[in-house]
Amino acid sequence: MSNHTTSKGIAGVIAASSLGTLIEWYDFYIFGSLATIIATKFFPSGNPTAALLSTLATFAAGFVVRPFGALFFGRLGDMIGRKYTFLVTLILMGLSTFLIGCIPSYEKIGFLAPILVLLLRLLQGLALGGEYGGAATYVAEHSPEDKRGFWTSWIQTTATVGLFLSLLVIVTTKGAMSKEAFADWGWRVPFWISIVMVGISIVIRMKMKESPLFQKAKEEGKTSTNPLKESFGNKLNFKFVLLALFGATMGQGVVWYTGQFYALNFIQTTLNVDITQASNILMTALAMGTPFFIVFGALSDKIGRKWIMLIGMLIALLSYRIIYTKMYENGSVKSKTEIVANTKTTSAIAADAKNIGDSILTTITNKEYTDGTMYIETKKVNIHADITKADEKKDSKIDKITNLDRGSFWSLVWLVFIQVLFVTMVYGPIAAFLVELFPIRIRYTSMSLPYHIGNGIFGGLLPTIALFLATKAGQVNEAATKAGAALPYEKPYLEGLWYPIIIAGVCFVIGALYINNKKRNLND
Amino acid sequence: MNLIKKLAGLLWIAIGLYAGYILIVTQAIEKFKSPKPEDLIPAIIYAFVLTPIIVGGLVTFGIYALQNQYDTTEE
Repeated sequence: MSNHTTSKGIAGVIAASSLGTLIEWYDFYIFGSLATIIATKFFPSGNPTAALLSTLATFAAGFVVRPFGALFFGRLGDMIGRKYTFLVTLILMGLSTFLIGCIPSYEKIGFLAPILVLLLRLLQGLALGGEYGGAATYVAEHSPEDKRGFWTSWIQTTATVGLFLSLLVIVTTKGAMSKEAFADWGWRVPFWISIVMVGISIVIRMKMKESPLFQKAKEEGKTSTNPLKESFGNKLNFKFVLLALFGATMGQGVVWYTGQFYALNFIQTTLNVDITQASNILMTALAMGTPFFIVFGALSDKIGRKWIMLIGMLIALLSYRIIYTKMYENGSVKSKTEIVANTKTTSAIAADAKNIGDSILTTITNKEYTDGTMYIETKKVNIHADITKADEKKDSKIDKITNLDRGSFWSLVWLVFIQVLFVTMVYGPIAAFLVELFPIRIRYTSMSLPYHIGNGIFGGLLPTIALFLATKAGQVNEAATKAGAALPYEKPYLEGLWYPIIIAGVCFVIGALYINNKKRNLND
Repeated sequence: MNLIKKLAGLLWIAIGLYAGYILIVTQAIEKFKSPKPEDLIPAIIYAFVLTPIIVGGLVTFGIYALQNQYDTTEE
């Protein structure tokens, strides 16, 4: 009797598994995408305790709780089964997300609000840590050996499609109501929508059967009684956990984050592109790139997983600086020709409602460029009645918004699409690669941890370290300008890219040297 | 090839130790010194979560490579 499911049967397995995983990614990302508005509702600025809780929510959910979730649920999955474990993670994620959307604001219930948000965000991280390994293992254990890369690549699309869906729901909700209504209550809608999707997914998952390979192992009494000890206490297995982390998932994590989050952040903060237009650029690139997860997953069945992942990493690290230079040239108004005659500046002064006696000078400058790009700069300067309170840095605030012309918009779409293509190369075959690396009795535990450390820690660190490197380069340039010396960094906005380049480079060398390109039998 | 894989173990140990130095000196200590309370959490995470994982992981990987533990994975 074959342990694998028919093509028709496996399509159902894929649909049921992928839908749940997709929703979990959606749930995880809407919090990140709405972080600014969540901060204003739950973590008021200027309050040190709220700031501390906010940082904890950001860092702990990604760095600490995700790997912990991988261990906790991985252990359960290897002991009691894949099906029930990743059903629990789905329920946990869905409820946490829905409840975040229901918490009254800080203004209404005080510190209980940020504490509840933090707790629910940690539960989200915990659930996500347990979900992916279960879904990938479950699908792989249903797949025939010669199509394992193809079938598991569907699971691989879920993280990107989840990100796409989160952006789509947010943009659509924003478009359906006024700016004020969205800021007031509309931001809660994406969280509420989750419960409907999770409900459907739970019903579908309840009908699923246990993985045939795990079921067989269980019946034969071959499952592990202590998966954590076997995974990490046994050198024979632990060396593969380390190899998976440093030879594959570490590089995959930084390529994934650079191609999607760093690109979006670069477009919004360095190029100052309007948030909706920036989201549209990323969504278009993601939609164009997503089918390639399947292409590279299927290709890995023919030529092996190793070189597709590693070549993706290599091309990515060699081309990042070129791509981001092109993005800057196409998106920054500093690279465009201004139609000076069309520049309009208006100024108005109004009383400061918060500080009696003070006033605010608002200057709005509209600029137009030869390619059709529009730029609006809003400068607000606090003018104190008591001039001894004046502080040049604190009193001045500048908002910059660029609305790109069609040509620049599409140039950025293509440049982000190329990065998404690298993501599909490293990410498409990785589920099949990871499940093949570990034996059935400890597969869920062993593959989940390196995946979530690679993604959550190495990938999750990217925004912080890249910002640190770019800011440092900017500060060095500023100091050189003041001293009248030549600028040490010609393009300081590219300096943040050294982090993914170095991590992907080390990962490429380790992977090329130590990873085996042979497929393994999952029954082992 | 086995000799290269073995000797490269020294490189992974060195990279692990250097990464530890970067994480502790440029990130954790800087953030511990910061007057902002929200910097405390990243400082703790850098010092007590990331550094042990990255340094411990790379150094152990390097030691395994030096012990020829990865010979069996050769194509």
